[in-house]
Amino acid sequence: MNSLDRLRRACFWPMLRKEFIEMRRDRFTLAMLIGIPAVQLVLFGYAVQTDVRNVPTVVLDESRTSQSRRLIDMMANTRNFRIVGTVANRDQVREAIERGDAAAAIIIPPEFASDLKRGQSAQAQVIVDAADPLSSQAAISAATLAGARSGAELAPHPMPTLTTPVEVRVRPWYNPEGRNSPYIVPGIIGILLTMTMVSITGAAIVRERERGTLEQLVVTPIGKTSLMLGKTIPFAVVGYLQVTVILILGKLLFDVPMRGSLMLLYLLIAPFIIASLGMGLFISAVTKTQIQAMQLSFFFILPNILLSGFIFPRSAMPEPAQWVGAALPLTYFLTVMRGVLLKGVEFADVWRQALVLTGFAVLLVGMSVRKFSKTVE
Amino acid sequence: MREESNSHSAIRNPQSSGVAVSTSRLRKTFGSLVAVESLDLEINRGEVFGLLGPNGSGKTTTIRMLTGLMQPTSGEATVVGYDVRRESEAIRRNIGYMSQRFGLYDDLTVAENIRFYAGVYGLIGAERDARIGELTSELGLAERAGQLAGTLSGGWKQRLALACATAHRPAMLFLDEPTAGVDPAARRRFWETIYQLASKGTTILVTTHYMDEAERCQRLAFLSRGHLIGVGTGQEILEQFKMPSIEDVFIELQRRDEGAAA
Repeated sequence: MNSLDRLRRACFWPMLRKEFIEMRRDRFTLAMLIGIPAVQLVLFGYAVQTDVRNVPTVVLDESRTSQSRRLIDMMANTRNFRIVGTVANRDQVREAIERGDAAAAIIIPPEFASDLKRGQSAQAQVIVDAADPLSSQAAISAATLAGARSGAELAPHPMPTLTTPVEVRVRPWYNPEGRNSPYIVPGIIGILLTMTMVSITGAAIVRERERGTLEQLVVTPIGKTSLMLGKTIPFAVVGYLQVTVILILGKLLFDVPMRGSLMLLYLLIAPFIIASLGMGLFISAVTKTQIQAMQLSFFFILPNILLSGFIFPRSAMPEPAQWVGAALPLTYFLTVMRGVLLKGVEFADVWRQALVLTGFAVLLVGMSVRKFSKTVE
Repeated sequence: MREESNSHSAIRNPQSSGVAVSTSRLRKTFGSLVAVESLDLEINRGEVFGLLGPNGSGKTTTIRMLTGLMQPTSGEATVVGYDVRRESEAIRRNIGYMSQRFGLYDDLTVAENIRFYAGVYGLIGAERDARIGELTSELGLAERAGQLAGTLSGGWKQRLALACATAHRPAMLFLDEPTAGVDPAARRRFWETIYQLASKGTTILVTTHYMDEAERCQRLAFLSRGHLIGVGTGQEILEQFKMPSIEDVFIELQRRDEGAAA
């Protein structure tokens, strides 16, 4: 038997066909799979608002004077900014923000101290990654406040009342209007894929166990690989459909910018979908009923919503919560999606996250293949 | 689990060609519970063999070990010439299995169910379509081809399950209480089909609670609390237990079990 014939006879094809037929017949689930994205987008898009501290910030101090250091200290003391490093030039500021290492930058120009001494209004600049409006709003108000305070302290002598001694100019990047909705769209994509891939896939295999069809399948020559591929590929297709629905609705309803390459976006979704399917398969391998599978999925999805940075910025979280977040594929996926959609970053900027996601995919699929046994014990 | 080719190999070992199933000191325990104890059993090719015993006597566990659904705790067994421990994939290609729950997809039609299982057993293209046509006409399923399996009555479901389990013309068929919840007319038709399969050389292992069905088997084995306590034709069993009917043997065994449990 040659390899082409073997491929044609692979148990995978009838499995795939069956899954698509079942999916088509189950109108309710199908409607949910496509309807949920729309509902969630509207709900989250209009509803989410919160407050933030500890915005990771880089400093570009071109003045290098006691006055400039004092201003930076005062900014840091507001606790809205957390200084994560200093950079040497403006290009590095851009890099740090694009990579997501920082969400704000404090830039003090060389003439800052001399302007102050001459009694002129000294300017400092705060750049805020406004793609995350939660962080950026807090940062903007904090920067303005710190500027006013430092002015009173740093000014060498009383100044004409109409002049502000230190003027902190805030320049929001990427999302100048501070809109929340564009920011939520990449998050919705991530959360929705997690929910669909993990819980529906988990339940789909357990349903076969419950109905006794898995027992029937186990006595057929169908291999684990065929079984799992046939079960998961239809959901991967659904996942891509959901992403497309959200992107279109996001564009229509919230005018979400699509700055990066859509091709790159769809490519980088793959490792995340595979990782999530792996999680779903794992859940189905360790549970016996659909109820158990649903409960376990919820147990997994909840930290994804709370700790991945979907609603609450991770920079504002206590450290243990950040560690948990670091163990979730969604955390990395969000950085990728926000980067590509809102900032237009290239693969070179997100390859680390892509690598981590691929690692998750390999690990989770590997674990569930090991765990899933073709016996009924 | 490897993806093997699905060629329909004949029974491999010529010496064992007269024997479809052979077990030696086959044993299965679940923790401290012994489900099957030291089972020695031989089933001949083309035989309709009945496995009887009260609930919990080890019938289903025995079938599950022979079909590769469970690994034996100890002991040996071969099915159609293949070892149940090392060659379960080869066994799977050469047997059919019908469980009490039928294993059908309720949201697929009759035709789609058959097509799915035929495909899983490696049938493709014209070969598959011809086999589907054969099965639907032999089992009278043609008129119901487009009906969803979930809407079929018990008797029709049973016939469909049989079609799915025999799509690949298995050398041996395992039937675990195949007629539970099916009306007498459908049961009679079902047994006619079973005899046809046996007459073409298919070995049948069937478990049942119906005495009339037990009497249709060529040979019987009685299990009680995991132990094999009698094998032979119906007549031989009656002589061994000195009872007037198989039903009496059955009831006597159940009484003993309950006595032991109490």
